[in-house]
Amino acid sequence: MSSDKMDADKLNGGIPSPLRRKLLLGMAALPAVGLLPRGALAQALPTSAVNTTKLAVTDGTVKVGILHSTTGTMAISETGSVQAEKLAIAQINEMGGVLGRKIEVIQEDGASDWPTFAEKARKLLVEDKVAAVFGCWTSASRKAVLPVFEQYNGMLYYPTFYEGLEQSKNVIYTGQEATQQILAGLDWVTKEKGAKSFFLIGSDYIWPRTSNKIARKHIEMKGQKVVGEEYFPLGHTQFNSVINKIKLTKPDVIYASVVGGSNVAFYKQMKAAGIDLNKQTLMTISVTEDEMLGIGGENIAGAYACMKYFQSLKNPNNEKFVAAFKKMWGGESVIGDVTQAGYLGPWLWKLTAEKAQSFDIDKIAAASAGIEFTGAPEGYVRVHENHHLWSKTRVGRARTDGQFDVVYETADLIEPNPFPKGYQ
Amino acid sequence: MFEGYSLAELGSIFAMQGFAGLILFSVFVLMALGLAIIFGQMGVINMAHGEFMILGAYVTYLCSTFISNYAPALFPAYFFVAMILAFFASGALGMLVEWGMIRFLYRRPLDTLLATWGLSLILQQIFRSVFGAREVGVVLPDWLMGSVAVTDTIEVPINGLFVMGLTIAITVVIYAVMFRSRWGQGVRAVMQNRVMAGAVGINTEKVDRYTFGLGCGIAGVAGSAFTMVGSTGPTSGQLYIVDTFLVVVFGGAQSLIGTIASAFTISQAQSTMEFFLSGSTAKVLTLLTVVVILMLRPQGLFVLKVRR
Repeated sequence: MSSDKMDADKLNGGIPSPLRRKLLLGMAALPAVGLLPRGALAQALPTSAVNTTKLAVTDGTVKVGILHSTTGTMAISETGSVQAEKLAIAQINEMGGVLGRKIEVIQEDGASDWPTFAEKARKLLVEDKVAAVFGCWTSASRKAVLPVFEQYNGMLYYPTFYEGLEQSKNVIYTGQEATQQILAGLDWVTKEKGAKSFFLIGSDYIWPRTSNKIARKHIEMKGQKVVGEEYFPLGHTQFNSVINKIKLTKPDVIYASVVGGSNVAFYKQMKAAGIDLNKQTLMTISVTEDEMLGIGGENIAGAYACMKYFQSLKNPNNEKFVAAFKKMWGGESVIGDVTQAGYLGPWLWKLTAEKAQSFDIDKIAAASAGIEFTGAPEGYVRVHENHHLWSKTRVGRARTDGQFDVVYETADLIEPNPFPKGYQ
Repeated sequence: MFEGYSLAELGSIFAMQGFAGLILFSVFVLMALGLAIIFGQMGVINMAHGEFMILGAYVTYLCSTFISNYAPALFPAYFFVAMILAFFASGALGMLVEWGMIRFLYRRPLDTLLATWGLSLILQQIFRSVFGAREVGVVLPDWLMGSVAVTDTIEVPINGLFVMGLTIAITVVIYAVMFRSRWGQGVRAVMQNRVMAGAVGINTEKVDRYTFGLGCGIAGVAGSAFTMVGSTGPTSGQLYIVDTFLVVVFGGAQSLIGTIASAFTISQAQSTMEFFLSGSTAKVLTLLTVVVILMLRPQGLFVLKVRR
C-alpha cells in the first residue's frame, strides 16, 4: 500500500519527503481523525489514499451524481427523491462533507425514458467519474442502468420500494423489497380485521404482478382466499367494471397496487360508486403522501397503506427531517415513503465511506454490510449483506388532509429477503 | 363466478354493469367529439388534443381553488362556471394555434401530426412549469360525489350521470350548430370543397379558425368534466389520446354519427369484456377487434357520401 501511495505522491508533484513522512504518521493516527478540526481531515486523508481508482475526488471535493426524471411522466414521482437527496447532501456538506471533502452534485435527467437513463448513467460514470449515484425510480429504469453500473463499476443508491429478485454488488437498495412491505401488512390486516378473502388489483407491469404473486402465496398459505386478481394497463382511467366485480365478490380486503394517473381514477370512481372505505377495508402498497395530493384526501380517507415511512411518524429524527425539508423546499411540500428512502442514500454512502476510509467502489461495496444509520427519519436502519436495508414495516390510515395516521408498526426490524423461498 | 347469488343480486349487478358501459360510452363520446370535428371535418391530425383537455382540467382546478378561497358560498355551483371558462380557454388557445401554426399546414395533413405532437410536448412542459410536475387534486362539490341508490342494491354514481347528461347536451348542441345553422353549413361547405366555398363568398380562413377553436373548446369542456373521474397532471392528456383517435378513426373520420356509434361499440365491448375477463385482456381484445374491422373496412363504420 505504501509504495502505491508514494508513486501516487510523485505523480501529484512530489511532496518533500519529511512532509510525506508526517502524512504517513497522520494516517497511522486515524482513530484520532474525528477530533481534527474541519478541513484538517482532507490533509490527513490524502486523495491518493482514498481514491485509487481515479474517481472525481480532489483534496477538497468529491463528485456524485443524481439521476432521476425531472421531465416526462415519472417527474411526478421522482421530484421528491431529488429534493430529499439534495437536502441530505446539503446537510452533509454543512457538517464538513465526506472524509473532509465537500460533495459536488452533477444532476442528470433520465426524462422518464429507460435508454436515456442508461446513457446518462454511462456519462456519469465514464466522463464525470462520480463516486456514487443516487437515482432511478421505476424498476424499468433500474434494470436499464444495472448493466452500466456493473460494467463500469459504479455505485447506485436506489430509493424505491420494489419487487425484489435482484441483488448487485453495485447497488444499495434503500427502499423495501416486496416481502418486507407485503407480509407484515397482510398479517396485520388478517389479525386486526379478521380478513378471509382478498381482491388483488394492480397496474399491469412487473412490480404489481410480482408483489401480488407474493401476496397470493402468503394469503393461500394461511388458508385464506383470493377472490379476484386484476391488472390494468398503465394509464387506464375507467374502473367501473372492476368496481362492479368487487361489489359482486364482496372481498374482506381490496389489495391495491395501482400506480400513476390510474390511481386517481380508481379511488375517485370507487368513491362515486358508493364504496365507503371506512366500511370496506382497502390496503394499498402504492399510495404515499405524494399520490394523495392528486387523488384528494376526501377520496381515499379510511384506506390503509403499508409502507416503511409516513410523514406523520413521531420521532425526533423525523421531526427534524420534516422541518428541514419544508425549510428547503417550501411548507406545502409532502414527503412520501420513497422520498425518505432517497434521503437515506447520501447518508449511508457517507457512513460507508468513513468506515472504509475510501471512496473506491469496491471498498464501499465491501464495507456496506452492517452500516447503521441512527439518524434515519424512519428510525434506525442497517444495511444487510444483500445490500438491502433492515427496516420496520408500518401501516398508516389515510386522512382527509392527505396525511396518514400510523396505526401499526412491526416490533422488530424486518430482514430483507429479495429471493424469498416458496414465494416465487 | 356467479354461484351463490340470488337472481335479484345478479340482476342488480348487470344493471350496474349496464350503467358502467353507458358511462364509458359518454366519456368516449365527450373525448372524441372535439377531435371528430378537427380531424374528421378539417383533416388535421391534432396530437395535442389531450393537452387541450388538460388545459380545461387545470382551468377547473384554478376555479375550484379560487372559489373555495374567495367565495365558498358559490362552491356548489362552481363546476358550471369552470366548464364555461374551460371552453373559452381551450377554444382561445385553439384559435391561436390555428392562426400561428395549423393554417400553414392544411395542404400537408401528415405534417400537422408532427407539428401538433411537438405542440403537445411544449404544452406539457408549460403545464409542468406552471402547475408543478405532480398531479393536482380538484375538489368537487359534495353533490357531485357519491351515488344514487335506485334500489337497495343498484347504485349509480352521480358523476357518471352528470357526464352522461353533459354528453347528451353537447352532442345536441353540436348537431344543431353543424347541421341546422348557417355557420355549420359554411363549415361543411368548406370541408367538402374549399375552393368553391371561397368562390361563393364564404370566408374560409375565418371558418377554419372558428371550427378549430370549437373542437378545442369541446376538448376543454371534456377535460373539465374528467376531473371527476380521472387525474389532472401535466401528462394526463396522454391517457386519453389513443382512445380518442381509436373512436374517431373506427367510426369513420368524417361522420359525427359514426363517432357516436363507434364510441358505443367500443365502450360496450370493453366494459363487458372487462367484467368477464381481466382488464388487460379486455383492452387487447378490443384493440384486436378494431384492427380486424378496420382491415376489412378501412374507411371506418360510417362514410359520408360525397361526390368527388
